[in-house]
Amino acid sequence: MTLLETVSLKKYFGDTHAVDDVNLTIAEGEFISVVGPNGAGKTSLCNVISAHLAPDSGKIIFKGRDMTHSSVIERVKAGIARSFQLVNLFDDLTAFDNVALAIFARDGKIRNMAALADRDREVTIEADTVLDQFGLASKRNEPARGLAQGERKLLDVALAYALRPNLLFLDEPTSGVSTREKDKIMDIIASVVRGEGITAAIIEHDMDVVFKYSNRIVVMHQGAILAQGTPDAIRNNDDVAMILLGSSGPDAFSRKE
Amino acid sequence: MTMTMAATGTSIWRTTIDSALVLVILAILPQVVDPYQTVLLTYGLIMAIAALGFNLLLGYTGLLSFGHSAYFGAGAYLVAFITRDLGAHSMELCIVGGMLGTLIIAAIFGFVCVRHTRIFFGILTLALSQVLWSLAFKFFWVTGGTDGIRVPYASLTLLGGLVDFKGGGSFQRFIYAYYYYVLALFAVSTTIMWVIAHSPFGKALQAIRDNETRARFVGISVRRYRWIAFMISGIFTGLAGILWVPLNGLTTPDILYWPFSGEIVFMSVLGGFRSFTGPIVGAMAFNYLKTYAIASTEYWQLLLGVVLVILVMALPAGIVGTAAQLAAKRGRSTK
Repeated sequence: MTLLETVSLKKYFGDTHAVDDVNLTIAEGEFISVVGPNGAGKTSLCNVISAHLAPDSGKIIFKGRDMTHSSVIERVKAGIARSFQLVNLFDDLTAFDNVALAIFARDGKIRNMAALADRDREVTIEADTVLDQFGLASKRNEPARGLAQGERKLLDVALAYALRPNLLFLDEPTSGVSTREKDKIMDIIASVVRGEGITAAIIEHDMDVVFKYSNRIVVMHQGAILAQGTPDAIRNNDDVAMILLGSSGPDAFSRKE
Repeated sequence: MTMTMAATGTSIWRTTIDSALVLVILAILPQVVDPYQTVLLTYGLIMAIAALGFNLLLGYTGLLSFGHSAYFGAGAYLVAFITRDLGAHSMELCIVGGMLGTLIIAAIFGFVCVRHTRIFFGILTLALSQVLWSLAFKFFWVTGGTDGIRVPYASLTLLGGLVDFKGGGSFQRFIYAYYYYVLALFAVSTTIMWVIAHSPFGKALQAIRDNETRARFVGISVRRYRWIAFMISGIFTGLAGILWVPLNGLTTPDILYWPFSGEIVFMSVLGGFRSFTGPIVGAMAFNYLKTYAIASTEYWQLLLGVVLVILVMALPAGIVGTAAQLAAKRGRSTK
């Protein structure tokens, strides 16, 4: 079943075609990757779908509902959540409070000013479970600003995940961390997302990661979708290899390694 | 600094016991100090309520209001109107009426101000407070102009008429009774504010303070929450203004003027706006500093200014913030 559909989505910044006539369909349960060189429009696409940016034209249909002009909050409530490439956290709050806040907001308990947040057992248990899933249990009481970069990236994803979205957009969850940490972070994210059957779209540079985890790969170039297909189909696509690697041939991706 | 805000949960009993201890000490003090000190303490507690309200915006929501004199002054003038024009005597009636009036003003001003943040927010709050000041200043046939309006304590009754201040020695009785009246309201206000600060709503305000964008992306209506925080903040500061009038006996445009907003900001920064108790401690400390500066020299503004600059430079995290840092350092070194 189709979860998200964009129809001729466009977002231009002057002469730059950040998102150029994109028709993207995401089916329920998919784990897709959006790849492409720097400036291909991956983050812009994510921004437009999550309402961080308004599109110039086109449509965004989510669960059969036209959400092109709905606000960030409406989209969050409808079930679209995202993480950020540049970590966006509540820095002076603890890791626990960061996650708990997302849960309070999701359950509509956030308005409550007559009860102590720490006394909500349900939310406490759930927040601790989420922290545990993301390997952050030991950092529970640390303020977010005190965490290491890799932990901050994970907490950023955990915040979006705690909203229990139908569609989870992850904008470069492994950027800015060491190669060694990359695998660890992706393993955690993949196991959580797969385990819960959440539909996820991940923006990623690292092709190893992309080939390993995705059902489908969408390649963007100059704001438009250049190609999409299974990891195998993309691996053997010469155009894609030229764009991403600057060389082509049947084994371009493995040669690069 | 952040620790004092984060440390809750397991420490809730500790907080309760500490607060009870402070309350007991405050309750005993008037029995051992002279009446003048009791008056000073009353002023301190009242200012503490004002600063506590102010700090919901600064410390928790990340909005620096430079116009909280508006709500303090509104509360004070409303009491004056209620007693003079409606001929009411009940302090409780003044409190209810004053708080309702302050709420309406804070709701209108807040609605305008929360459309902006940072310096624009600050300037707007300042400008709106100056509107009230000029009204109080110019409409002298209503407000008494610079002469203000007298609110004699003897015309008021406490606890629905149970306590009145007629007859001989009434001022002594008033000071004594009013101290406990203010102390009780201070305790209630502080408890309510503490719960708000530690509620899911309070966490949402802190989230907005830390990262407005992300707050929106977890589904928090940032502007609405800022507006609600603004109203709560205004009511608390309004209550302080209400309680201040009978003690001062007079309300003048001075308390609507911007330097008074500055004093409220200063109290919070002096005590440490990143901790819950900071503004309380700051308000009490500021109150004593100002009183003794005025008493000791004609150039008290200069003396107070110098002392405050030194204090802020020596204790950048405020009195409570610095104390917490020192305690944390000691805790670590003894481990």
